[in-house]
Parts: sequence; C-alpha cells; structure tokens
Amino acid sequence: MGKPPKKKSLADKVRKTKTASEIKNNPFEVKINRKKFDVLGRKSKHDVGLPGVSRSKAINKRKETLLKEYKQKNKANKFVDRRFGEYDTKMAPEDKILQRFAIERQRVHEKKDVYNLNEEEELTHYGQSLAEIEKFNDNVNSDDESEEKGLLSAELTASHFGGGGGLLRKKTSEEQEEQGNQRAKSRQELIEELIQKSKLEKRERQVQREEAQELTEKLDQEWKSIQALMVKKTPKSEQTDKPEEKPKLEEYDMMVRELGFEMKAQPSERMKSPEELAKEEEEKLQKLEADRLRRMIGEDGGDGVQRPAHLSADDLNDGFILDKHDKKTLSYQDGKWNIGKETEANQKEELEEEQGEEEEESDGGEEEDESDGGEEEEEECSSEEEDGHSDLDSEQESEEETSSKPKQSLSREELKAQQEAAKAELPYTFPAPESYEDLRRLLRGHTPENQRLIVARTQKCNHPSLAAGNKLKLQKLFGFLLEYIGELATRSPPELTTVDKLIPELYTLCQMFPLAACQAMQSILGDAAHSMEEVLEVKGHASFPTLDMLIYLKVTALLFPTSDFRHPVTTPALLLICQALTKCPVRSLQDLTSGLVLCCLAVEYVSLSKRFLPELINFLSGTLHLAVQDKTSLGYTLVPPFRLAGKYSNLLVLSSSECCESWSKESLPLSVRLELDARSDLDKDHYRLNCLSTCLDLVKRCCLLYKDLPSFIHVFQPIRALLSKHLLTQTLPKPLQKFHSEILDCLKEAPLTHSRLVFEKKKPIPLKLLTPKIVEVLDYGKKRGSTREERERERLKHKYKKEFKGALREIRKDSRFLAREKLSEVMNRDAERKRKVKEKGRDKGGGAGFHKNKQSVMNKSQLLDLQKEKKRKTTHNNTTGASYHCVNLMRKYTQQSPGTQIPPGSYRD
Amino acid sequence: MALTEKRNVSSKLNPKRPKIDIESIVEGILGSRKRANDVFDILESLRSAKEKDVISAASACSKLFSTLLERKDLFIGKLPDEDEALNGDYSAEEKYHIFMRHRYNSCVEMLLEYLHHEVHEVKESVLSCLMKFAAAEGQHPLEDMDWSEHYSFPRQLIQLVVDNILSKTTDNSLLISKFQEYLEMEDVRYYVMSSIRVNVSAVMEKNKEVLLHVYQNNVFTLMSSINMPSQESELTNFMVKQEAKLEDWKATKLSDHKRGFEKMWLGFLKYKLPVSMYKKVLVILHDAVLPHMIKPTLMIDFLTAAYDVGGAISLLALNGLFVLIHQHNLDYPDFYRKLYNLLEPSVFHAKYRARFFHLVNLFLSSSHLPVYLVAAFAKRLARLALTAPPTALLIVLPFIYNLIRRHPSCRVLIHKPTAEDEALEDPYVMDEEDPVHCCALESSLWEIKTLQKHYHPDVAKAAMLINTPLPVQEDDISEVLEITTHELMERDLKSETKSVPLEFETATELLRGCLAWPVHLQVCINQSRSEI
Repeated sequence: MGKPPKKKSLADKVRKTKTASEIKNNPFEVKINRKKFDVLGRKSKHDVGLPGVSRSKAINKRKETLLKEYKQKNKANKFVDRRFGEYDTKMAPEDKILQRFAIERQRVHEKKDVYNLNEEEELTHYGQSLAEIEKFNDNVNSDDESEEKGLLSAELTASHFGGGGGLLRKKTSEEQEEQGNQRAKSRQELIEELIQKSKLEKRERQVQREEAQELTEKLDQEWKSIQALMVKKTPKSEQTDKPEEKPKLEEYDMMVRELGFEMKAQPSERMKSPEELAKEEEEKLQKLEADRLRRMIGEDGGDGVQRPAHLSADDLNDGFILDKHDKKTLSYQDGKWNIGKETEANQKEELEEEQGEEEEESDGGEEEDESDGGEEEEEECSSEEEDGHSDLDSEQESEEETSSKPKQSLSREELKAQQEAAKAELPYTFPAPESYEDLRRLLRGHTPENQRLIVARTQKCNHPSLAAGNKLKLQKLFGFLLEYIGELATRSPPELTTVDKLIPELYTLCQMFPLAACQAMQSILGDAAHSMEEVLEVKGHASFPTLDMLIYLKVTALLFPTSDFRHPVTTPALLLICQALTKCPVRSLQDLTSGLVLCCLAVEYVSLSKRFLPELINFLSGTLHLAVQDKTSLGYTLVPPFRLAGKYSNLLVLSSSECCESWSKESLPLSVRLELDARSDLDKDHYRLNCLSTCLDLVKRCCLLYKDLPSFIHVFQPIRALLSKHLLTQTLPKPLQKFHSEILDCLKEAPLTHSRLVFEKKKPIPLKLLTPKIVEVLDYGKKRGSTREERERERLKHKYKKEFKGALREIRKDSRFLAREKLSEVMNRDAERKRKVKEKGRDKGGGAGFHKNKQSVMNKSQLLDLQKEKKRKTTHNNTTGASYHCVNLMRKYTQQSPGTQIPPGSYRD
Repeated sequence: MALTEKRNVSSKLNPKRPKIDIESIVEGILGSRKRANDVFDILESLRSAKEKDVISAASACSKLFSTLLERKDLFIGKLPDEDEALNGDYSAEEKYHIFMRHRYNSCVEMLLEYLHHEVHEVKESVLSCLMKFAAAEGQHPLEDMDWSEHYSFPRQLIQLVVDNILSKTTDNSLLISKFQEYLEMEDVRYYVMSSIRVNVSAVMEKNKEVLLHVYQNNVFTLMSSINMPSQESELTNFMVKQEAKLEDWKATKLSDHKRGFEKMWLGFLKYKLPVSMYKKVLVILHDAVLPHMIKPTLMIDFLTAAYDVGGAISLLALNGLFVLIHQHNLDYPDFYRKLYNLLEPSVFHAKYRARFFHLVNLFLSSSHLPVYLVAAFAKRLARLALTAPPTALLIVLPFIYNLIRRHPSCRVLIHKPTAEDEALEDPYVMDEEDPVHCCALESSLWEIKTLQKHYHPDVAKAAMLINTPLPVQEDDISEVLEITTHELMERDLKSETKSVPLEFETATELLRGCLAWPVHLQVCINQSRSEI
C-alpha cells in the first residue's frame, strides 16, 4: 500500500514537470468551448477548459479515495499511523523528527485546565503576589466577615434571595417553622445591620466630601490671593489698550446691539375661542337678568335715593351688580363720574343702544310724518310702555352726562317708574322654546324690536357650545321662527315689521345650521307644492299663493344663494314660483298683484344668474294683454293661464281715460285686498295703472336680463306686438310712456341675426402611440412571471437534475477508474506470473517441453495464487466490462427517492 | 229586503211599530185575500214624506208584488179598466187579479217618480225594487206570450226605468253607477242600449239645437258605464232565463249587442254636444267605443269634425283618428299639415299633453316622412318650447332630438358649419301653415341654445346636448311623458344633501335684494309699521 505506483503515464510525467502557465499556454492542453453567439455583458467562466489537467486531477483524487477504499474492501482492520507528518511526503525526515520532538515537549507542558489562569503565571497586586496576600490576609478580616464567610448554605441563600424557599418551608414541620422565624429575625437584623453600615458609610463619605470641599475652598482662596498678585499686570495692559479700540466701534455694531436690546414682540393675550365668548355672553346676560330681577323687587331703596335714575335699563348693561355701586355714586357725586373708565364704557353702550332705538324710531317715523303723527306716537308709547320710559330716563341721563350737572335727588315717582321699567324690561335669559306654542308665548305682546331681542338672546343663551342639547334646540328654533313668520304674514293686518326684524336672527341661525335650515325650508316648500298639486289635480288650476308663502319665498332668497345651478332649496322654490305663474288664473286685481309679486321674486331669483324663465315672460305678456281694449286681431298668442277672451280678460282695461291725468305712480300694496271692491272706479283705475306700471317695469328688467339670449326676439315677440300695436303710447300716462318707449327701444336694439349652430369643436383625439413599453429587467436569465414558491421549486428541480447527472457521470468515471485499476492489477499479476514462470523456465533451462509441463512444474505457492485468481474471476465474471457495474450503481441511486439528494461534490473536489 | 231590515234594527230612534206593521201587512195580504185592501196602507206609506218610510215601503212592495208575480196573482194580458172590471163579468179570482194588477201598476208609477227624488238612498232602493220587478216580470210575464221577438222580457218597464234615470234636471251619476250592476247582465244591457237610443232620439228631437248639459251628461255616464263583452262565449249572465229558442234571442248574440251599441253611440253623437262632453267622449272613444263597433269607420265624420274644432278637442280626436288610420285604413288628406297646425303654445299646457306627445311621436316615427316636414315639426316645437313649462320641456327636447336622430338630414338644424361665418336672421316662418313653405330646414334651433340658460338644471342639461353630436341611442320619451312639476320638485326636495351652500351676504332686512324691489312689499311693510 505504501508503495507508490511503479509506472506513471508519460503524459502525467510531462505534466508534472511542466508549470501551470506552461500547461495553460499549451494549445494541446487547452480546449476552447465554442460560443454560438456573444451576449453582451455576460461573463462566462467556461470558455476555456483544460481537460488534461482536470482529468489528471480527477484521477489523482480517485487514487486517494476510491482506490484506497477499494483496497480496504473486505478487510476488517487497517493500520493508521498517526505520527506527525507520517503521510506527508513533502516533509523532510529531519523536519519531521524535529516537529515530533517539539510536539512531545508541548504535550508535557500542556495545561490541565483551560480556565485555570493561575497555573503558570503568578498574578500580582501592587507588586505583591496575590497568592501571598491570600495566604496572609486571612487573619486580618473582621469578625463579621469571618463569621459569614463560608456560610454559603441553602438556608442562607434562601434568606437572601428568597425564591421558592417559602413554599418548601411550609411543607416542613413546626420546628422548622420556629427555626424559620428565628432565621427571619436574623435576616431582619442582617438587613438592619446592612442599612446601618451603609448609612455609616454614607455619612463618612459626606464628611469626607465636606472636608475636601473646605480644603478646596481654602485652596481657592489662597490661590486667589496669589493670583491677584500674579495677574495684576495683565488687566492694566488691557486698560491701556482700550482707549485706542473705542473709536473702532462702528455703526454696525451699535445697530446690532440696539437691535439686541430692542423690545421684542410681546405675547399678547390670546384670542378668545367662540365657546368662551359665548360663555361670556351668557354670563353677561345672566348677570343682567339677576340685576333686572333685583331692581324689579326694588331692593335699591335705602341708600339709593339719589341713584336709581342711573340704574335704568341702559345703565345696567355694563354688568355691575348693586353691591359695588358705591364707587359709582362717589364719582357721580363728585361730578366726575363720567370720566371714569367703567362709566365711559357704560356710556358707550348706552349711546349705542340709544342710537339703535333712535334708528328704530326714525324707521317708524317716516310714515308717522306722513300721517297724523301725534296720536300714533302716543300709541307707540303706550305699546312700548315702560321701554319708552327707560328711553326717556336714559335720554335724561345722557343729557345730564353731557352737561355733567350734579343730579338732584330723584323724586318718588321716578323711583316708581324705574321699578316698573325693570318689570317691563326684557329678561336676559330665555329658555329655548320646545314647541311652536312656546315661541309664540315668548314673543306675544312684545314690540318687533323686543321680539328680535328675545330671539337673539335665546340664541345666545343656548349657544351650541354651552350645552350638549343646545344645537338641537336652536335647530328647532329656526323651524319655529319660520312658522312664526308665516303666521305673522297671515295675520290681518300682516305684521311685516316684525318679520323684517326677525330676518337677521333667521340669517344667523341659518348660518349656524345650514342643513337644518335647508330641511325646514324644504318642508315648507314641499308642503306648499303638495297642497297646490292636490288642488290642481281636482280643479286643474290653483289660487295664487298667500302672503306668507310669498314671504317664505323671499326669505329663501335671502338665506340661500339663488344663483346656484342646482340648489336643494332655491331650485324647488323657483319651480314653485313658476308653477304658480302658470297654473293660477288671474281672476281679480288681487290675483294680479300676487302674480306680479311672484314675478318680482322670479326676477330677483335670476337677476344674478340671468337664467331664462319662460313663465315669467308668459305672465307679463298675459298681464299686458289684460290691459288691451280691443281683443280682436291679435298678433300674438297667449299662454295659459291667460285667455284671449273671457270673464277676466279685461281686468286692466281702464274704465275711463281721465284717470291718466290724476294718476301718480304708487307702489302696489298687498294688504288692501278686501277694500278693493268697495272702491270707486277712479281708485280702481289708479290701481290698474299701478299694476301696469309695475308690469312694465318688470318687462324692462327682463329685457335687460335676457337681451343676450339668442332667441330674445322670439321670446319677446308677444310683448313687442302688444306694446307696438295694441297698447299705444298715447293711451298711457306719462310715466308709463317712458317705460313703454324704453322697452321698445331695447327690443329694437336686439340683434336679429345669429350665426348658425354648430357643434362645439372637439379636441382632436391623439393617435394611439405605439412606442414599446420599456420594462427594466434587473435579473437576467431568471424565469419570471411565476410565484416565488414555483420559482423555488423550479430551481430545486433544476439543481436536482444537474446533481443527478453529475453524480451519474461521477459514478461512471468511478467505475471506469476501478475497472482500469483492476485490469492493471490483473495485468501486473499476469506479468509477474509470466516473469516468475520465465524465471522458473530459465531455471529449468528452457526448452520446447516447457509449456506442456507448466502446471506440474508450478510450485505450490504459485498454484495457490492461480486458484485465487480463478475464484475471483468467477465471482466477478464480467467485472472487467465496466458497463455492468455502472448499471448496478445507477440502479442503486435511482432507487433512492428523488427527494434525497446525492450530496454534491462527494466525489469531486 | 235585508238592507231595509238592517236599517230598522239599527235605527232605534224610529218607532218600530210602522215597520212591523208594514211587514205584518205584507204577511197578511199574502196570507189571505181578505186583507187585500191593506195594500192601500202600503201604498200610502210609500207616499210618505219621510225617506225611511219610503224605503221600507218600497222594500215591502217589492216583496209583496214579486211574491204575487210568482204566484201569478196578477192579471195577465190586456188590463181592463178597474171600474169596468168591478162591474164586468169576471170571477172573484179574476177580480182580485185585476185589482192587484192595478195596485201593482200604480206602485210602479210611484216608484218611477221616486227615481227623481233628491235623496240618493231612496233612489237606490227604488231602483233595486224596480229591477226586482223587472226580473220577476221577466220570469212571469204579465202580457200574453206572443213569443215573437222579445221573448219574455219586460221591455216596457226597462224603457221606463231608463227614461227616468236619464233625468234632464239632476245629475244621476251615483244612481247610474248603482245601475251599472244590472248592466252586467247581458239581456238588461241589450235592452237598456236600445232604450237609450229610443230615449235620446226622442229627447233630442224635441229640443233641437239646444244643449242639455245635465241630460247629455247623464246619457254619457250611462253609456260609458256599459262594459261590452269581447267574446260571444262571455254572454252567460242573464237576468231572465229563457226556456226556449235561446238561439234566436238577440240578447244572446254579440253582433246584435254590437249593433245596438253602435246605434246608441251614433244616435248620441249625432246631436250637438257641449265642449266638455266632446272632450269626455273623445277621451274614451278610442278605447271603449271604437273596438266594440261593427263599423268603426262610421265614426269618421264625428272625428274629422272634432279634429277641425281645434285646441284640446283636436288633440283628443287625434287618438281616435289614429285608430282609424292605423287599423281601418282611413286615408286622411293633409293629416300632417293639420297636425303641424295643431302645435300651439297651449299644447304644452293642456291636460292631455302626455297623450298628445305619445301620438305625435307615433305619427312622426315613420322613417318615410320627408325631411322638410320633420324639420318643420322640430323647429316649430323648439319655437313653442320658449313658452313651455319645464315639465313640457323635458318632453320636447328629447322629442326633437329623437326626430333629428331618425332623420339624420335634419342634423343641419343643430349643426351647419359654413365656410363664411355669416350671421343671418331666422328664416323660419312661424305663421306659415304649410310646413313645405316654412323654411325650417334653412334655420337652426337657436331656441334650444336659448334654453341652455333655462332656470331648471335638468332642462338646461338637456339643452346642452346639442353642443356635441347626439348619441345614437334614442331617448325614451314615455318615461317623461307623465312627469309633473310636483315630481320635479320632489326630486330636489327628497334628494340627500350633504352640504347646503348659504347666502354669504348678510340678510339684514326682508327687502334686501340686488335689484330695487318694485316696492309692493315695501308698502306693505310701511303700512304695517304705521299700523303698529
């Protein structure tokens, strides 16, 4: 075995002698793998191969592994020489011996324990051997330590570290329990000791620190004294330098410093949140309410003989309560009270209120001037009752304030009046009405302005930010208010002033709750439409909406934008208006007035958006038709509800032409319905002319609105025919003539021609682009488009296949190698036998008869050899042919489950 | 009977005695002939002023006489005079029969009079009583059986009932609806139809050229409540069962029914009708009358006359005409011209708008119409749309679009690109009656352009469609035909709104507006202020 093979192939020999570079450069060694085509950017490892080299490598390897195994086959033992470098052929024998000796030495000195550091080196501490210290310092230890030392028992650990000891202990007997108590004691003591010790240490440390501190302080002081001596020279030198530097301070630096010292923006008081504001408002109102109640009872008797006049309704708005009023009186008595800060504020508010009231009065005053004012003023006074008084009071007060006269003591009457005023004055807080009846009760008997105040205060008291349910309450309030407005309008006479006053409140509520407002309004409109529809289904026509509906429609326009293309409220409202204009026949001048109001509303609705309302034009032309005397040969057609002729088709025809002179333009009132029938013909004529003038006014507005429409001419064709042929200028009074001519001018100016209709130009559709879609490929050669698992499986399959093939190839090579080896073995043996025979023959002296007696001549040993050989041949009768063996091996491998892989490279390097 | 009994029980206020009396009297009369004279008591109570008494008496009468008829206790044949009968040579039995027959006759007379009573209950009970008599008489005829034509049907009685129902003074529509129950019976219907014809011709001949609104209304109500059977096999429900010769009886033949029906209607429509009646007739004509006539073409005269009347009546006549043209091959000259002239602004406001547009849609659905005609229709409708309410616009706009789709050469109306961008006056002549000469094809639908500014969003959107080429699919008009303004409003009111835009300008007073309010309300406010 140890014998190296005798013969080596020539090629091997050659190879061995040659260097690696020589081999590589040798064109006979190199095999170039032809590439079909170049792929840019791909590096291939296998373009050049050295088959000879790799074959010899493989053979060598087999010799070392397979061949050895083969030789060891059927052998129970084997000898392994474990001496150092025994199998290392490269090593020189001397080196080997040296190394072996070194190893031997090492083995002697080898450590016994890996972790034993002290074995060889001696550790020192402060230059003293640690071992020494251990030895001698044992006695120095304190008693406590010595006591505890080495007492590491289970009990101690239990007492120190707790753990599951408690449980264990419970299981034991009573004695043990007693012992346990003792132990616990000792433990407690131990802890106490520990604490004491640590405290002691702490104190000691503290003392030490203090001492050190004292020392350092001392040192510092001493140092300072020295330093003063040492440093004194330098500051002097600096001082001398300074005067030179001073002029160097430039403006820039000054500026910088100035800016640095400048006042920075101070944080001001934060803005109050709406909730806080609402709360303040409510508090204010509550305070006022408290005041009012107090004054109603008349508490300010005793010392307030002179003061009550100032505590009128207006006075109190500053929110001062009675207890604090002494300051006021003082200031008042001095005559300077109106200079004070608070009183100023006070005064301001008063003035504001007065102004408001004055405005109100002036609002009302316009008509009062016209009519006999005296009585009405009285009426107003009586209706507004004590409010008027308070006004008077405040007026007095303001006069006094301005003149700053010291006020005389108030008379008893004044006091009484003031008390009454307090009674009549509005409360400052109101509960939100729960039902419509509540609201009515709340507002009953108040002046319009007060009603507004009540609603405003209710709104403030129940601001949504104050309580959870307030939102709902106010939403309800909006609905109730709407209902109330409707009721006001249906009263006779309609209380439109109150409606007018309530509008701002409605507006604010609407701004707060748009959705609720929208729903409330929608329900009103829906109801109106529904009732109208019902009437229409039965009769085919309906009556004009009443005043409350007109007011609602107007309010709608105030609260919601009318110019929206589609709006949940205004669109139905406009539809309702138009429905009324088409379905309600005009049967009286009242109907006509309502219709004209509807027209006004319609014009207002579309005034911004300029939308086209056919019904409006129809109604206006129908109205004009009512004024035509001669109803024959018309150049226009009428649209329902108007008819060419009939009972009501002469509604606006004047009974006599004289009225034209006496007529002066007035506006149309709605609320005079009942009286109309009783009026004289002249009055009726005047009314007709009023209607006509309004109608013409509206027509003019429509002309201006719609003059951009392409079919303007055709839309206004009936009106044009009416005005130019039937309602001639001469028959009309002067103011109407103006309208008349203006409208006709407007109609004449309109462009007659239009360009033809064409479709809107479409944007050309861009052609379909056919540029390829570029996808960045980051991993070449990998299969894409499947899931990760699938890819993994593919990869494994591929790998398995590759390995399988490789294994097969290796097996074939192995068997080939083995066969070769066997063959060579046999050959060798044969050759040896031949040689031996030859030798024998030579020994015998050769001759022709040698071959015949071959067997007999063979010695016993040779014969044995031969027998062995024969036996082997029969067992492996065909082993020389490698194929059989190979197939067998293959079977072996393939019988293994495909999942179990042959370990890669088991036969390769 | 049951009805009246119930009444008696339920009304405790009335003393029960007279009822019991009447009941017992009836029992008595039926029990023995000796008490035959008690029949006068019943007749007396029938004359009473109280409605309840009358009703109970009527029920008693019906019970009495129908039993007598059943017993054949009434005289059959030509009735001799009562005095004569008393004196005459009759047996006691016969005398009794004659007596009862006279009472029966007077009872019927009284009942017929009561058909003009003002209280509906009375009329109703009287009518049911009379019809019971009729049924009984039919079963037990009072005349000698002549077996000739009418078999045993109380023709005279029915004629009398019909004559009285068709009152000239009171509106009997309620009673007629009650009478409709009896009209379900085939023989009754047949004889009622002939009696109506007789009655109408008699009455109308008497009052020539005078409109009898109430009478004609009654006649119409009665005639329209006749439900004609559609198949002969349906003729099964008879009031009078005929024992023999059923095959020859006219009341069993559908053709005879139809003939009677046709005669009745023609007889009615022959005379001048009030306008409202015209409308009513025309509304049901195509549906309820024409299919049941043997020769519907006989209606041509009536329909053409109605078509020429103009307005809503023409619209309605269109429907009948359509049936005749479509199913009976009527050739109507200048039909489309007339149709074109029917298009007036009032079309959009009429009650029968949906029906009209449905028909016009049918008439114009033919693809063989000349382009000028279709263009004329489209242009005229567009022009009229300028005065139409939004509901009509929602019909008209898709209608016009459909016309343009069906006749692609009409597309010039909405798309006529010209090289030189010249502006022109609308060449369309609205007043031209002949669609040939109205120059619609040279025009464009500027009206729809105008409607793009319409106030209602749906209409504006629909009008916007002409800005781009129309989609190929035709719009289905039938969906929007019946839409009402209320529905339009509901759409907006019911739709879920997430956000409600608000007016940003603060409202300070009622009459704030961007234009000077033409002072109606101002005065109101001022007035009410001064009142305060």
